[in-house]
This record gives sequence, C-alpha cells and structure tokens, in this order.
Amino acid sequence: MSIGLITLIVLGLAVLGFILGRQRALSAVKGDPRTLHSLPGYYGWSVFLFTAVPALLLLVTWAFVQPIALNSHVSAMVPEADVASYGSTQLVMADVRRIADGLDAVARKAGLDEVGLEAMRADLTDMRGRLAEVGVALGSNVVPSVLDAAKEYRSLSGELRLAMSIAVLLAAVAGLLFALWRINPKQRARNLVEQFTLVLLAGCSLIAVATTFGIVFSLVIESVHFFKLYDFRDFFFSMTWNPQFRGGSDLGLWPLVWGTLYVSFIALLVSVPVGLMAAIYLSEYAGKKVRAFAKPAIEILAGIPTIVYGLFALITVGPFLRDWFAQPLGLGSSSSSVMTAGLVMGIMLIPFVSSLSDDIINAVPQSMRDGSFGLGATQSETVKQVILPAALPGIVGAILLAASRAIGETMIVVMGAGAAAKLDLNPFEAMTTVTVKIVSQLTGDTEFASPETLVAFALGLTLFCFTLALNVVALVIVRKYREQYE
Amino acid sequence: MNDMRIADRTVSTDTAKMTARGVQVYYGENHALKDVDIDILGGTVTAFIGPSGCGKSTFLRCLNRMNDTVAVARVLGEIKLDGEDIYDKAVDPVTLRARVGMVFQKPNPFPKSIYDNVAYGPKIHGLTKSKAELDQVVETSLKKAALWNEVKDRLHAPGTGLSGGQQQRLCIARAIATSPEVLLMDEPCSALDPIATAQVEELIDELRSQFSVVIVTHSMQQAARVSQRTAFFHLGNLVEYGETGQIFTNPQDPRTESYITGRIG
Repeated sequence: MSIGLITLIVLGLAVLGFILGRQRALSAVKGDPRTLHSLPGYYGWSVFLFTAVPALLLLVTWAFVQPIALNSHVSAMVPEADVASYGSTQLVMADVRRIADGLDAVARKAGLDEVGLEAMRADLTDMRGRLAEVGVALGSNVVPSVLDAAKEYRSLSGELRLAMSIAVLLAAVAGLLFALWRINPKQRARNLVEQFTLVLLAGCSLIAVATTFGIVFSLVIESVHFFKLYDFRDFFFSMTWNPQFRGGSDLGLWPLVWGTLYVSFIALLVSVPVGLMAAIYLSEYAGKKVRAFAKPAIEILAGIPTIVYGLFALITVGPFLRDWFAQPLGLGSSSSSVMTAGLVMGIMLIPFVSSLSDDIINAVPQSMRDGSFGLGATQSETVKQVILPAALPGIVGAILLAASRAIGETMIVVMGAGAAAKLDLNPFEAMTTVTVKIVSQLTGDTEFASPETLVAFALGLTLFCFTLALNVVALVIVRKYREQYE
Repeated sequence: MNDMRIADRTVSTDTAKMTARGVQVYYGENHALKDVDIDILGGTVTAFIGPSGCGKSTFLRCLNRMNDTVAVARVLGEIKLDGEDIYDKAVDPVTLRARVGMVFQKPNPFPKSIYDNVAYGPKIHGLTKSKAELDQVVETSLKKAALWNEVKDRLHAPGTGLSGGQQQRLCIARAIATSPEVLLMDEPCSALDPIATAQVEELIDELRSQFSVVIVTHSMQQAARVSQRTAFFHLGNLVEYGETGQIFTNPQDPRTESYITGRIG
C-alpha cells in the first residue's frame, strides 16, 4: 500500500471516529447535550484526533527511519573490496537501489516469479544488459555481492512497507477504539481539543525555527568544506575577487561586500527619506480621499517583480545616468553602475518603508497630537518632535527590513550594476554584490567540490551574518528607545 | 458638598477675559451646540457641568480652536479673547493655542523626558533666550504644578514613567510653561484617584491667581469645590450660568435643579 493510500484510509477512519464519537456522547446522555461537559462536536473531535494523530505520526516517523535502517543493513552486505571498486558506499547504495527497482521490471519482462528472481546470479547472467533493456542504465557491471544486496533490499523494503501499513492502520483503529471507549459525559473533550490546538500551534512555530537552523546548518557545513579547500585568511582579508576555472583563484570577500553595502546604502538613501515623508504625508496631512487612492497606489510598487525593476534599470535609468551625469562629469562611461542599481532598488523599497511607517505613525495615539496642538505646536512641529520620536522603534524596524531586502536583492543588481567585482568609490562604476556572485559561482561550469563553487556557501553565510547583525542592531536600538519612552 | 466653602469664596474680577456670543457647533449634520452666550471672567475658575453629550467639552474645544483639527466640525458665532475674535482670519490658531492652553482628560505626556515635556512649549514658541532661562521656566512650572519636589532628581527620566496623578500634573506643568492667559481643562481628574484629584484641585485653586481656568467636570462636588462660576449645559444648550454658590444652592432653571439634585443626568 502506498503512503498516500494509507493516509487516506487513516483520515477516513478518523472521520468515521468523529461521527461515532459524537453519536456516542449524545447517546450517553440520551440526546440532551446540556448535561455533557463539552459540546458533542468536541467528543467527535477527540476521537478524530486520537485516531489520526498517532497513526500519522507513526507513518511519518516510519517513512523517515525505514530508508536509513535499510541502507545501513544492506550496505553491510557489500564487502569492502567491492565498495572500493565503486568509489564510495553512497555510490554502491545508489546502484543497489536502482537495481532493486529494476528487478521488478526484469522479472515482468522475462516472466519470472519470485523464486526465479531469487535464483538469478550476477556471475551467470548479464545483469547489466538485462537491466539496460528495461531502462535502468548502470555505470559498471553488476558484482554478485551488489546483486545480492539489491535482492535483499527489494524483499526487505517490500516486507517493511507491508509492516508499516499494518502498524499504522492498527494504530489508527486502536486510537479510535480507545477514544470511543473513553467517552463519558464528564470527560473534558473541549479541554483536550484545546490542548491539541496548543500543540499544533507550537509545532508550527517550531517548524519555522527549525527550518532557520537547518538552513544555517547546511550553510555552515558547506562553508566548512570550502574553508578546507581555501584558506580563510585569503577569503576574509584579500582585496581581490578573481575566480579562475582552473583553480588558483583569488576569492577575496571585500570587493563583494563593498559592492553590497554601497548599493544598499544608495538604495536606503533614496527610499528612507522618500518613504518616510510619504508616510508622514499620508498619515498626518492627506485627506481621506487622497489617502484611499494614494496608499494602494504606492503599494503597487511593492507588487512589481524585481526583474521588471531590473529591466527599468538596464534600459532606462542606466543609459540616462550615463548620458546625463557620468559622461558629462567625466566619471565613467558605463551604463551599469552602483548608482543605477541603488536608485532603482531605492524606488523598489519606498513602499516597504512608507507602508510600514504609515501604519506605525497611525498607531501613535491621537492624545499625543492633541497634547501638542493644545500647546500651540504646528503640524510639522508635532510630527517632528512628538510623533516621530514616539514611532521611532517601529520606523527603525521598517528601515532595517528595507535594508535586509536591499542586501539580499539580486536581480536589480545583476541588470543595473553589472558583474565586475571592484573596490571603488565612484558611484558611476560598475560593481557587483555578494548575491550576484553567489548565483554566478553556483551556476558556473566548475565542479561542485571546487572552492570556486563552494565559495557561494561561504558568501551566503557571510550575508546571513550581516543581516543577522543588522537585526540585532535593530533590536538593540528599538529596546533602548522603548525603555526611554514607555 | 461643602456649602460653607462655596459661600466664602468671591469672584476675583468682573472683567471678561473671553466672551462668546451665539456660538453654534455642528459635527457634520449633528447640531452639537446651540446658541451659547457666555463671559469667562479673568482670574476665575469657571466650571462647565452637565450630562454626557451635552456639549460642554465641545464648547471648551471651541475656546482654543481645537475643533479645527476635527474635519467635520463647523463653528459659527463669535468668540473673543480680550476683545479680539479668535475665529477671525487674521488669527493664527497656533498662536492662539499658546495663549489658551489645554489639559486633557487622560494624562498624555509626550514620550520624552520630564524636562523635555515641560520645555516643549517654551522651545517651540521661543519663549526663552538661554538654557538657564529654560531651566528656570521648567522649574517654576513644575513648582506651580506641585510636582517639583517629586521629580527634581529625575528630570531626565521619561515622563511616561510617572504615576497617573503625577502625569496629569506634568501635563498641567507643560500647559502653564507657555504662560497661557486662559487654561482649559477637560475633565482633568477623571482618570485620577482621590488623592491625586485633591492635589490637582488644590493646584487649580492656586492657578487662578495667574490665569483664568475653565474646567469641564462630571463631578458636581468638584465643580462646587474648585470653581467660582458654574455653567450648566444640557442637550447642547447653555441652561444656566452664574456664581457657583448661586447655581448649587438656588438654581433658577428647573433643569439645573433636577441635574444637581440627581434627577436628570
């Protein structure tokens, strides 16, 4: 039975359990739900949960553990000498699994039964040829020990699958019966459902946290591989970025970090003042009608895909800046420049800053405004001296969110700033950022285990550390002002 | 009610500080205030009493044009401060509000330090020339508001960290730091406990030597305790206005009598 089918059966049982549980609860009080501790539906849910949750948990655990257990059992069957000819245990196991899958097709094609399949021998039959006929291409001839392992793998996995089906269904039925048996008018089914809800909610937040740790973990692992191949001093202290296909590359971090910070800085220089002032206008000055139109209109900017912004940078802004600023000022002749990417990214970030700040400014109590107006302050004095300080923690949060976006942005930089890693102060020079180089290093032609590719992970980790540091700084700032203001 | 105390008190002056003639206020279609005529006397505490929704707060907010900040509000009629129409185009509502200060129902200190809260008005109006002078204004205002002794050692602590009663006295200090001529108070004690209320009431009595004070209150005892003049509003009309003792002991209008004896409200 496939996992999908088992899940369906378990859910079907659970629905049945819901109906039965509800009926049983009602019949226990002769149809008068007022004497029950909880509403009848809660008894139904308690049976549903007891049926579905343990069974599905068992199913998931089994599905995770089975391949691991099977692999370690089967790989022990292949002697060291044969493993050596394949290169690694992983490669052996890959072949074992493919042969095991192929065996079914071979048996079907040759009209063999289980006994016949069992009798096949690698040293007598051309297993590689027969497997190739059914579409399973192998890199080398099949060694007897590997074929035995594959047979074992095949039969064991079949047995285990059957055992899993039985175990899961048994668990479901047992849960159903147990929960039905428990039902009585005094049982606190409502509290049970409440507890389950709590676990469910906590579990979901755990998934988010665990995923973050998982991502960081995988980054760290690959970065460690990178630093085994490449000296960390060269990575952290070298000022040149010059990857070579044949090795001997200079993979210095700083030109990329500089590009990232420079582009982000210009983007924030554009987006923070414009966004903040737009937010102040919308929340403090604009009438209802203007606000109803302008706020969604600004937020449309946030809905434009970054690749479209990239096109805008490439086709419009880049050439414009080159022809009207860079060349007349003698600062360069490249249409890809930090300025182009920064400006366009700044425009992209305006709605982030304005929309969040607008909400935050609106949350400042009206009594603050009244107090200030009552003392004879004008609107702009009130905004500057009362509202902005009160809203500051939230505004800092909005700005740092925008900064994180700017640091992580890729598309606009590829199309607006170019791909040359340079340490330069001239904003009309082409530069590049960490994210762009991650893409180009990972999609390059070099083999995966080379420092030229693995450097992408070290760069990713660096980027992660940057945004993490940014968030920590944000938290510190917000907390400092909170203490002062609340 | 301490009737003896009321009888003892006399009105300090008879000069009208503010005069209102035929004031009408509309909130959209709602006619909130109908044809109010009143003279607010200098150096006097005037209490506005009346049931909820009777227009007393609305009228108070007309006196420093705070209703301008409400988009749907329309004010008709004439209100004069020292003989000058405050709704005249030549009058800047911002400067007017510096002359007619306001204290609100809920304490609303700014999220700034105690010092900065009090210094806010003098700073934006440029009332002081030097830091020393500003320090002096802050100190005097806090002293007048009877808060100085409690906060003099922590002037740079946040104003929001004070207790409710202290916060309200801080708001009063903030309002008097701009040296207004009239001080409007919109139920200043409704969020305070009896002890803080007593402190604020005592303060109001002292303030009347420097400003005209107008106080909106739901507590008739409070009106009787602190004011020399009382105006009774009902359903948007000014029903009766006169000396506090007169209003509470011998009201002319049957509605006033019903209200102060608790039959309508």
